[in-house]
Amino acid sequence: MIELSGLTKRYGEKVAVNDLTFTVRPGIITGFLGPNGAGKSTTMRMVLGLDRPTAGDVRIDGRHYHELKDPLTYIGALLDAKAVHGGRSAYHHLLCLAQANGIPARRVHEVLDTVGLTAVAKKKAKGFSLGMGQRLGIAGALLGDPRILMFDEPVNGLDPEGIHWIRNLMKTLAAQGRTVFVSSHLMSEMALTADHLVVIGQGRLLADTSMARFIAENSRSYVRVRTPQRERLLDVLATAGIAVAPGGGEALEVDGDKAEAIGELAARHQITLHELSPQRASLEEAFMQLTAESVEYHAHDGQPAAGPLPPQGQAQGQAQGQGQGQRPWGSDWRKG
Amino acid sequence: MSMAATQVVRSEWTKIRSVASTVWTLGLAVVVTIALGMLISALSKSEFDTMDRQDQLTFDPTFTSFAGMSLGQLAMIVFGVLVVANEYSSGMIRTSLAAVPRRGTFLAGKVAVATVLALVVSMATSFAAFFLGQMMLGDLKASLGDDGVLRAVIGGGLYMTLIAVFSMGVAAMLRSPMLSLGILMPFFFLISNILGSVDVTKKVGRFLPDQAGSKIMEVVPPLDDDTPYGPWGGLGIMVLWVVAALLGGYLVLKRRDA
Repeated sequence: MIELSGLTKRYGEKVAVNDLTFTVRPGIITGFLGPNGAGKSTTMRMVLGLDRPTAGDVRIDGRHYHELKDPLTYIGALLDAKAVHGGRSAYHHLLCLAQANGIPARRVHEVLDTVGLTAVAKKKAKGFSLGMGQRLGIAGALLGDPRILMFDEPVNGLDPEGIHWIRNLMKTLAAQGRTVFVSSHLMSEMALTADHLVVIGQGRLLADTSMARFIAENSRSYVRVRTPQRERLLDVLATAGIAVAPGGGEALEVDGDKAEAIGELAARHQITLHELSPQRASLEEAFMQLTAESVEYHAHDGQPAAGPLPPQGQAQGQAQGQGQGQRPWGSDWRKG
Repeated sequence: MSMAATQVVRSEWTKIRSVASTVWTLGLAVVVTIALGMLISALSKSEFDTMDRQDQLTFDPTFTSFAGMSLGQLAMIVFGVLVVANEYSSGMIRTSLAAVPRRGTFLAGKVAVATVLALVVSMATSFAAFFLGQMMLGDLKASLGDDGVLRAVIGGGLYMTLIAVFSMGVAAMLRSPMLSLGILMPFFFLISNILGSVDVTKKVGRFLPDQAGSKIMEVVPPLDDDTPYGPWGGLGIMVLWVVAALLGGYLVLKRRDA
């Protein structure tokens, strides 16, 4: 379990992380989503005690990072795959980390095997591809067999096979009851892996919700209809009380799962349809809408992005308010 | 030693022995110090008869065999700088501090391991430079049993070690190998020598770490020697510099984000 409370990081006037409060729970994959520069990496560095918070607190299983004895056995992290001395072999890199935390050397061979680097264990890390470097970083995270794992953009720059491997690895780790906290700037990636979602923008918390709920609230479903008898269909739908919006080109869009009703109405009135297809708005669009709002918020408020920020209640209120269905995220996604 | 400290020392030993820079920096320090010392000793012997009377009287065969240290110490500086600053230039520091979040323990472990290694290499180098240098000096040679000679030879090993440790402290403060080398190399190779040889700045220059520290390698003092400290006093001044550098490095590591 990772608990953040009021976590804040300022660099001079610039606020990188602003009053983040949320909990990363065990047994599930928690996705940490935000555009580039939203403060994800800074937050993760503060979790590991690498950067000192300006205000607030992070605790790992109730303790500060520096209070953990042999921290790699509590929490393993992949922050930057390049944070390795290039002149050192993969084996020695992992060995020095293991020794620092009293982890037996045989564990080094085990994790090298797990990530598939046994064959290049004696090779210098500077000759590694991005994917191999990523695997070495993950080996380091797994070294202490920790209950908590944290990965910063683990699939960045990986080939499809590597991406597939990391997704499965994270799912396996979570299924073993471990806490898995993974960041990404890609909604599509999170939708495939995460069970829970924490979204930040400009360092502020925008959402803290289950993935299922986020999908339900944000993936607006609609039906795309194309017909050569456009005016007649519009009349028929209007009579039936079904609202229609113009789609791209000559297509029409009808909110909700009304494909069957529309098909039956068209048949009854002998209207030819060229297309009748149920659609879902992408989560990526919902995410962009959500984070764009955080940018807009600053602009509307007349404050510069780096200026003083509103109290925490507003960020949370926004997330909670949406949870109560007052204004679903992305409900106005087409306006943009 | 506590468990945690033992673990850090083992880890740092793995780190230091698994990179090529350790071998080539220390190897260079050994070879350059010994070889240049032998060369200068040989030249001194062949030119001894042409020296004036005063130089002949104050000729210091022990100190002459350590002449290679002026160049060999530069390799020790590179060793000290790379041991610490490579953590920063590679980004390894974040991985290291995630494994050892107590920064004082981390730095102490790293400096301790590198210092012991530097001490072993430096002592061996100092003794080798002395014996091989004396060999080149022929009948001008000093013997280890002569007054002050053993102190000078051991002191030579301590001097080289302290140069490396001072560099570690500076590198921990500056957190960049290029910046650290860019300051330390010209300082020890040029500036300190210039300050020490000009009369006006000499009084300040002789309190610099290398000028003060190298006093311990002297057996026969120059005729007009007015240095306000003895061999061990000089080494003490150098130790103060080293302690200050390490303290500065510790404070920077403690306070700054990694």
